[in-house]
Amino acid sequence: MKYMLLMMTTDIGQPPITEWEPADVRAHIEFMAKFTQDLVSSGELVDGQGLALPDEARIVTARDGGPATVTDGPFPESKEFLAGYWIVDVDGLDRALEIAAEASASPGPGGIRLNHPIEVRQVMDAPPVGDV
Amino acid sequence: MTEPRIEDLLRELAPQVLGALMRRYDDFAAAEDAVQEALIAAATQWPADGLPDYPRGWLIQVASRRMLDQLRNEQARRRREDQVAAVSSEPVPVDDVDDTLVVLFMCCHPALKPAAAIALTLRAVGGLSTAEIASAFLIPEATMAQRISRAKARIKASGLPFRMPTEAERPARLAAVLHVLYLIFNEGHTATSGTSLNRVELSSEAIRLTRAVHALLPEVGEVAGLLALMLLTDARRPARTGPDGTLVPLSEQDRSRWDAGAIAEGTALITATLPRGTTGPYQILAAINAVHDEAARAEDTDWPQILALYGVLDHLSDNPMVALNHAIATAMVHGPAAGLALLDKLDADRRMAATHRLDATRAHLLELAGDAEPAVAHYRRAAARTTSIPERNYLTLRAATLAANHR
Repeated sequence: MKYMLLMMTTDIGQPPITEWEPADVRAHIEFMAKFTQDLVSSGELVDGQGLALPDEARIVTARDGGPATVTDGPFPESKEFLAGYWIVDVDGLDRALEIAAEASASPGPGGIRLNHPIEVRQVMDAPPVGDV
Repeated sequence: MTEPRIEDLLRELAPQVLGALMRRYDDFAAAEDAVQEALIAAATQWPADGLPDYPRGWLIQVASRRMLDQLRNEQARRRREDQVAAVSSEPVPVDDVDDTLVVLFMCCHPALKPAAAIALTLRAVGGLSTAEIASAFLIPEATMAQRISRAKARIKASGLPFRMPTEAERPARLAAVLHVLYLIFNEGHTATSGTSLNRVELSSEAIRLTRAVHALLPEVGEVAGLLALMLLTDARRPARTGPDGTLVPLSEQDRSRWDAGAIAEGTALITATLPRGTTGPYQILAAINAVHDEAARAEDTDWPQILALYGVLDHLSDNPMVALNHAIATAMVHGPAAGLALLDKLDADRRMAATHRLDATRAHLLELAGDAEPAVAHYRRAAARTTSIPERNYLTLRAATLAANHR
């Protein structure tokens, strides 16, 4: 079963990573690299991407009788935006939740866990094979 | 013959076999598919049965049989049996013409967008499978297969004859070929987040293909220049990332990890090429990289020479990235204030608006000038805007370290 793990940045009462101590930044980078590498080694990672920060993001909406509108956003000030995702292929929901819990516990300033929320969603499957 | 050597041989022969089929059938899309099938057949049979006496002829025969089968099936399907007889089943004469260049010019057709030309070049000239190319660019195989087949359809629709470009067409067509090779090289050279296990070495592949073009066109300075540039840049790759995957800037790299053989080859190539006249951007860039590579320590770098070369390059091209590097070289020779003054002129350049590089460079020069607070702000802004994770990590760390040291 495939699950998508969405890493949302929400206001968890921490300054942005660019304002952390160098050692904390380094610990966070190492944690993330190892986390992804472990999923590759266990044969569970399907895909994982980090998204560029939303400074240059746009929202496009089609319009009747005219060209689509393009607006800036979501703004980094809005505090909640998608930072990245992983798609994992695992035995079941329990394992997906376990992986998400690990990602949520990435180290923040002073080595304290960030505990940021990870949204876990099942990826739609092919129709079942067999009796019709 | 061991299997890796068979693979090398197959990939070298791929465009030659395709060329031989094109001369006979003039159907690029079908010929290209047939060559891929012949390569797969060889990759399974040769290691077991041993190398045939004439590997190139073997591949041409197998590929043309596949091609004939394919044409016959098509014709049968269209119920045009009367034309089946028109397809000859005589063996294809194997001549000694090397069509690698003609195939390469075709794949880098001006009607193709760069992404399509890159994919087609890697398959038809590089002999890579669609799956390998897809994995190198981290996109699904089905998507890459469509990209390649649409590129082939476009070339067919253009009606471009299978021959070398004329003298008049050649400079522009060759420039397009070199640009595609350079893009392939850069794609491989740019460190990615690295979730793919078997990413084909795109930089090495670009070097191999450019080497082949240089062997066929040894007199063209820009081909030699591009090959030298690739060798001199790739030589630094082992020192370019730290053990945790973070980016290490040129000034902080462990130079003992640079590839001395590649540096010697690239330097010899550009040294032999430059005095021959008609200098182009690739040759200048190669010369700049040769100057960097010959410095045993960062502080030994001959910046006045690099500054002079960027001055020449700035006149040759209207490229804001060149202007950016020109500003860095200026700062290294005449001090950070002079470099920062040049950067100010780039603020108005709309092409710079979409990149984080102006911020990153300004941060670097402000740091050199001892102006820590604005430097941190620009590092942070650059970190927020880069689209490369290793680079984001690097810029974030740089901002954090500088801020910590000035607290």
